[in-house]
Amino acid sequence: MSKQAIDLTPQPNFRQVLQPTPFHQRMVEHCPIQNWMSWNGYQTPRVCDQLASEYFAIRSTCSVMDLTPMEKYRIIGPDAVKFLNRLVTRDISGLKPGRVTYVIWCNDEGKVLDDGTLFHLEQGDYRLCAQHHQLDWLLLSSLGMDVSIEEETHNIAALSVQGPTSFSVLSAAGLQGLDTLKPFGICQSVLHGFDVTISRTGFTGDLGYELWVDPSNGLALWDAIFMLKDNGLFDIRTIGLSALEMVRIEAGFIMPGDDFNTAESTIRADHDRSPYELGLGWLVDFDKPYFTGKRALIHEYSQPIARRLVKLQVEGNKPPADSFLYDGKGGRRIGTIKSHSWSPILKTNVCMADIEYRNGLPPGEIWAEIYYQKELEWRATWAKCSVSEKPFWVHPRRLATPPQAF
Amino acid sequence: MRVNLPQYDNIIIGAGHNGLVCAAYLAKKGQSVLVLEASDTLGGLAATREFYPGYKIAVAHSLSHFSPQIVSDLNLTDHGFKSGAPMPTIGLDLQGKHVVVTRDTVRGVTDKDASSYTDYLQLLERFANMLSPFWLKTMPRIGSKKLKDLTTFAQLGLKLRLLGKEDMGEFMRVATLPARDLMDENFDNDLLKAVLSWDGLIGSKMAPRSPNATVLAMLYRMSGEHNGASSIPQGGIESLINALHQVIATAGGQVQRHSPVAKINVQGDSNGLQATGVELADGTVLTAGRVISSADPKRTFLQLVGVENLEIEFSNRINRLRSDGYVAKLHLALDGLPHFNGIDIPDGRMIIAPKMDSIEFAFDNAKYGESPEQPVMEMMLPSLRDASLAPEGKHLLSAHIMYVPHSLKGGWTAQAKASLQELVIDTIAQYAPELRQQIIHAELLTPEDIERSHHVTGGHWHHTELSMDQMLMMRPTYEAAQYSTPIPGLFLCGAGSHPGGGLMGGPGHNAARHILGAK
Ligand SMILES: Cc1cc2nc3c(=O)[nH]c(=O)nc-3n(C[C@H](O)[C@H](O)[C@H](O)COP(=O)(O)OP(=O)(O)OC[C@H]3O[C@@H](n4cnc5c(N)ncnc54)[C@H](O)[C@@H]3O)c2cc1C
Repeated sequence: MSKQAIDLTPQPNFRQVLQPTPFHQRMVEHCPIQNWMSWNGYQTPRVCDQLASEYFAIRSTCSVMDLTPMEKYRIIGPDAVKFLNRLVTRDISGLKPGRVTYVIWCNDEGKVLDDGTLFHLEQGDYRLCAQHHQLDWLLLSSLGMDVSIEEETHNIAALSVQGPTSFSVLSAAGLQGLDTLKPFGICQSVLHGFDVTISRTGFTGDLGYELWVDPSNGLALWDAIFMLKDNGLFDIRTIGLSALEMVRIEAGFIMPGDDFNTAESTIRADHDRSPYELGLGWLVDFDKPYFTGKRALIHEYSQPIARRLVKLQVEGNKPPADSFLYDGKGGRRIGTIKSHSWSPILKTNVCMADIEYRNGLPPGEIWAEIYYQKELEWRATWAKCSVSEKPFWVHPRRLATPPQAF
Repeated sequence: MRVNLPQYDNIIIGAGHNGLVCAAYLAKKGQSVLVLEASDTLGGLAATREFYPGYKIAVAHSLSHFSPQIVSDLNLTDHGFKSGAPMPTIGLDLQGKHVVVTRDTVRGVTDKDASSYTDYLQLLERFANMLSPFWLKTMPRIGSKKLKDLTTFAQLGLKLRLLGKEDMGEFMRVATLPARDLMDENFDNDLLKAVLSWDGLIGSKMAPRSPNATVLAMLYRMSGEHNGASSIPQGGIESLINALHQVIATAGGQVQRHSPVAKINVQGDSNGLQATGVELADGTVLTAGRVISSADPKRTFLQLVGVENLEIEFSNRINRLRSDGYVAKLHLALDGLPHFNGIDIPDGRMIIAPKMDSIEFAFDNAKYGESPEQPVMEMMLPSLRDASLAPEGKHLLSAHIMYVPHSLKGGWTAQAKASLQELVIDTIAQYAPELRQQIIHAELLTPEDIERSHHVTGGHWHHTELSMDQMLMMRPTYEAAQYSTPIPGLFLCGAGSHPGGGLMGGPGHNAARHILGAK
């Protein structure tokens, strides 16, 4: 029997619990308050400098976020389409090379494991970006399929450049092809001799791009962008995950693991969620011959829905953090707030909330009981809530091609 | 929506005894049935084949627990099946101090062991009687609150209670006990212990020291007519298969040989999946309301259905089924009746396993992918019971050699096979010294050979290991343990389903009952 020797030599950087990304050297210069957190093991700013300016960079000028830690998988092979169509609930056979789409995937019971974006890079060559680590599930899914699956999280450096002026910034930085790049499109550009893959994608509900390069070109890409700021041409700011959290709730994007318990990490019955319960029924395609979870979802679809994750607007200015929700002031408890943010641009509380339905219908009224402090003294108040079927924030410039130049 | 009506009510894949039993029950109920068999002979692992001119044998050489209920339900006796007399089991000893076990006595041991045997047997019989109704029942679905499922659970509970407090406790204690502990508790004679543990081990990847389902496997075998003793029907195993075939034909069912199924056709639309029929290797497409597979579960799902029609977790559970076989077969065409030292007529099931450690050590080799250094085996001369198996005056020896790994380290080269064959013959010759001179032809089938020739994954005795993790409501795995599968219209009826393998007929019977009940 072969024995594997255990390597006991100390790893050179074992004290460095959080790993630097290829942009780290530059990012630190933008992070005077050193408010770091871990994202997938990488040292990632929670807030770089000032949350408000970071938020407004996304909504009013141009923001740059280090996207490297996002889970990325490369899926290639003759059975790639077969593999993906069995994995995700959507029919992806129509996804053309050079296009991106939003997908979710479920376990056998039709409960959501994770969500992400699927990039069709070239014919038969896909990249799946996920919120959480999915390699084990993808490998399980590849049983009997002629596909290769590789995690490439650490092999690609990525920046997310979002905001109204992002088109002009990136064009001025020397990237080509942006004027014809449609939302959810992918194009290739060469910058100072290296390749940049550009996708018009993001998590902000606004105009924005994601840039993908070899890690060795990370700093050159960064410098090409921030040179414009140094020249005084554009205001460009790095942002941390807190600002992203604000805009993603405004844009109505859910966060697996925060807004709902992913199926893989669920132990208790009924603590996992189906696409319908997350309001993502539009991603489920029963016309597709087969996908994992379809059997359970067909059954679920025939039953009245029991609960839903909804976009909830909460009146007033008290933060409804972790609030319970009721079907009337002092009524029956029907749910909780999962995540929330004050929306500076909409001047209201925006939330993701998990609420019970009765006989397939939402409650007639929803009230939040909010606990808040005044000078260290706790108070309670009731705030009326309303469900929003649409994202709280949408802006036509997200879709305009070419985008407006600045 | 399907426009054309399917050609058959049922297509059954595989004409092993379970496929045939299932077909017989369905055909008798007036359903149209087509059985498709890949090989040129019917019977699957029980198909009688000529391995040398004039000499015939089936891989499964004797019956030990064929269900009497199936015999009577299907009137098999009217179709030429006559059960045979039980054989004694003879534990061979080099010095000729053989141990002979018949239905309720044991010879060749001390009085103490002989009287322990009586108590031991009575206890096991009580357990076997308690369990016997459950082998022919659909197991309850895990987590189900349906009345039928709950009733089966309740019946099992009641049966246990009816054993009485002492027996119930004892049953719970011994059910998963290693065979070795059970034997050590009861007997002194090493050979007797080895012989009695044999029936719990044969066909499995378990040895006397393995805790798991060996005791349950013994009780499973004891559900048959002769309390688990081997027998050969009066017209041979072939007469059982022929009788089943006749029942089907008489009821208007069809059985087709030379018809390997390449694919189970599955159609998917917004209502989900539906099995619609099969495609044969030659491209012929046949449609049916139901496809019922007696092929092993791995083959059925991973090869015939294909993972693209299966849920991800389910397909991985199927892929993880433990299906490597550990029994090889030796067939010897003999010039005459061999003489075994100390035995007048070798008309019995003879076991070569001097003590439980012999079995354990052979297993130790096999579990590391090696051929056994000192093989253990059961063997018989079926021609003594069924003269048609060999030319007049000639005989044949058939042996099950235990712990021959399906996946041998270095692969089953011609040399590896030849040296195992010689070793096995030498081992037998220690007890029958003139054997070598009588051999006209020898054939050794490794589990890999059986996999290929009989289309059974791993060449496994039970299609997939009969062990706690793959038994009862877990057989072959949950969501496929009630003969239906995650694919509507697709059912299982082979040894990979509850109750398991061996020539018993349980899976075929239960599948048919489930299907007829579900109509
Ligand atoms: C070495 C060995 C010795 C054994 N000895 C005994 C014994 O002495 N006594 C005993 O009781 N049990 C014995 N068994 C166990 C017993 O033989 C089996 O458990 C039993 O025969 C299984 O019956 P079945 O009908 O479920 O499957 P099988 O007998 O395996 O039949 C399945 C049939 O399906 C067919 N098939 C598979 N795939 C396809 C396809 N794609 N298209 C068409 N047809 C297909 C196969 O050709 C086969 O005929 C032995 C097993 C082994 C391996």
